[in-house]
Amino acid sequence: MTSSSVVRPSAAAVAADGRVPWRSRLTRADVKLAPYFFIAPFFVLFAIFGAFPLVYTGWVSLHDWHLIGEHTFVGFGNYTALFADPDFWNALRNTVGIFILATVPQLLMALAIANLLNRKIRARTFFRMGVLIPNVTSVAAVGIVFGQLFARDVGLVNYVITRLGLDAVDWQANTWSSWIAIAVMVDWRWTGYNTLILLGAMQAIPKDLFESASLDGAKPWQQFWRITVPLLRPTLVFTVVISTIGGLQLFTEPVIFGNGRMLGGTLGQFQTVTMYMYENAFQRFQYGYGAAIAWALFGLIVIFSLINLLLVRRAAR
Amino acid sequence: MSQTKRFLAVTVAAVTALGMVGACSKNTEGTTPAADGKITLVVDTFGDFGYKALAAQYQTEHPNVKVELRNVQKLDDYKPKLVQYLAAGSGAGDIVALEEGVLNEFKTQPQNFVNLLDHGAAELQPNFLPWKWDLGRVSADGPLIGLGTDVGGLAVCYRKDLFAKAKLPTDRDAVSKLWPDWNGFISTGKKFTAANTGAKGFVDSVTTSFSAMLSQAGDTNFYDRDNKLIADSNPVVKDSWNTSMKMISEGVSAKIPTWSKDWEAGFKNGSFAVTMCPSWMLGIIKGNSGEANAGKWDVAAVPGGGGNWGGSWLAVPTQSKHPKEAYELAKFLTSPTGQVAAFKEAGPLPTAPKALDDPAFLALTNDYFSNAPVGKIFGDGAKTLKPLVLGPKHQAVKERAFEPALQAVEQGKLTPDKAWEQALSSAVKEAK
Repeated sequence: MTSSSVVRPSAAAVAADGRVPWRSRLTRADVKLAPYFFIAPFFVLFAIFGAFPLVYTGWVSLHDWHLIGEHTFVGFGNYTALFADPDFWNALRNTVGIFILATVPQLLMALAIANLLNRKIRARTFFRMGVLIPNVTSVAAVGIVFGQLFARDVGLVNYVITRLGLDAVDWQANTWSSWIAIAVMVDWRWTGYNTLILLGAMQAIPKDLFESASLDGAKPWQQFWRITVPLLRPTLVFTVVISTIGGLQLFTEPVIFGNGRMLGGTLGQFQTVTMYMYENAFQRFQYGYGAAIAWALFGLIVIFSLINLLLVRRAAR
Repeated sequence: MSQTKRFLAVTVAAVTALGMVGACSKNTEGTTPAADGKITLVVDTFGDFGYKALAAQYQTEHPNVKVELRNVQKLDDYKPKLVQYLAAGSGAGDIVALEEGVLNEFKTQPQNFVNLLDHGAAELQPNFLPWKWDLGRVSADGPLIGLGTDVGGLAVCYRKDLFAKAKLPTDRDAVSKLWPDWNGFISTGKKFTAANTGAKGFVDSVTTSFSAMLSQAGDTNFYDRDNKLIADSNPVVKDSWNTSMKMISEGVSAKIPTWSKDWEAGFKNGSFAVTMCPSWMLGIIKGNSGEANAGKWDVAAVPGGGGNWGGSWLAVPTQSKHPKEAYELAKFLTSPTGQVAAFKEAGPLPTAPKALDDPAFLALTNDYFSNAPVGKIFGDGAKTLKPLVLGPKHQAVKERAFEPALQAVEQGKLTPDKAWEQALSSAVKEAK
């Protein structure tokens, strides 16, 4: 708005003597370029730390590239090999499986907790801050503690299970048990984060909607599903997309769960795509192949985010 | 419009995320230029090489040199870091420690390391056990990239209190006599299990025994002398595998994977009575068992005779700005006197014949392990070690193909036959 009032005199000046005065040119440049300067820091940093590695990784993925040796151009050879690689599909299945096992309960729990925290309860701020504590804990510490909880012989979880008269579970040995253990770690860390985001959005919902709903005889449960959830839709989309991006890159939790090894269990039952990428690039030194996995993962994240976006939009309509 | 905007948002977010995946941190520090006329030599090691006193001594003898020791605790963390330094062309120390498996893998890319023969290393040959020296070379007449620091002589560590509970002898000589071979080891294990001592099993897991058996082969393991993968046809591999399978079926194994939380806690809780211990393992056992268990462990001979498991070399990366000075320091650290000093400080077993004959070394005992004469136990074994032919991916084949397969059988996830097939197909993949 201010810009138009600044520009207008210079336009008049152009009309008056047919050439643009130096000062007004500067003003116009200022008006036109200044916004780009203001947003430049992000884009410059992104170009260096985001776009460049991305493009470079793409370039590496077209080569048979030994990490500390030679490299030769192989075109899309790494990708054709990748799509025929059963270990890649195994890693992908694990990643998606753990992602679903972790994200669905996580977001439902976050929604429920946010709803509770949105009420008038004692020590509200304390609890609201409290839910974020797991998120600011070092992920390595989380992994170590949970690794101990889920240990076969000395773990607390198995201690409780055997006390209840059930058989101890070898958490690392089975696919289902390892997925659950990892999903619990992920949820412990990320539920609070999503809770706060949803809580923030809940507080933005006008109170009079609930008041009039109460007057019409709507029960709290109905109010939650008919008013709160639909109005949270954009925020839900955001949390789902963020969880997708995080979930498909799952790395630290399964690595620490597997004693720091990239194998993900004896049969690769909890090896995720990022672990498989690391294994190839930095342990087998097949940097080109690792780069191809990174790009495949990128494509998957885009696809999954779009699918989630559509699903959530439809479900919340 | 809002559709495309959201699409863009998702894409940008995903791109950012991928950037994080793709980017690896590159450390630019390394050799520091001479500011005060001094040169700084950085020594990268993992675990504990026992170089603190030696570094201080070297600095007083060479006033123009400053020695900076950089240590990473776990080899698993050390190796990828080193690989990234090499890939980036900067950041590595002037001297880097290479563990046996790492050295063999790096031999396929020898251009990353200085040929120490160019600096006159040939004269050092008598300082090392012949096979240790040979392994430091890329090929029989190729460049020398590593000077040996230590060897991993084998022994068995056992819990005297658990042995007493099972009415087995506790004296280390009598214990050694229980298992002249692996069958004796298994039958002792069966006796121990039958006694119901409350331990989960006799030996921690079969993977360490499998490694020990391979190291006793004294010839070839997974590779033949032409670096061809022969895991499927070498009787040594199949025999070691079968003995391991027998240990599982006879119920001798506690089925606790090495380095797991259960394993670490198992030392304190007495979950198993026996574990294989190369000399470098003594410190780990002590650390995991804690002071409360001092004097409960002792050291006996390994079934089936001596073998070598582990051991390291020092190498100078070509990216070092002071290769000449780095070589001089490596020469000092790996000299016979240097090796004995390192052994006293941290326990890596010397690889210099001179050091192994040193009476002071042979007289060394370890008070945590019931005053076991470790100098004699490990020293005797070290000199009779037979050289083992390791291929370029020996470590990977062992740790990422065979060990998971063995553990899968222990977990009851695979039958021995299926596990053997899986080990072989993974081995082919690892060896690629």
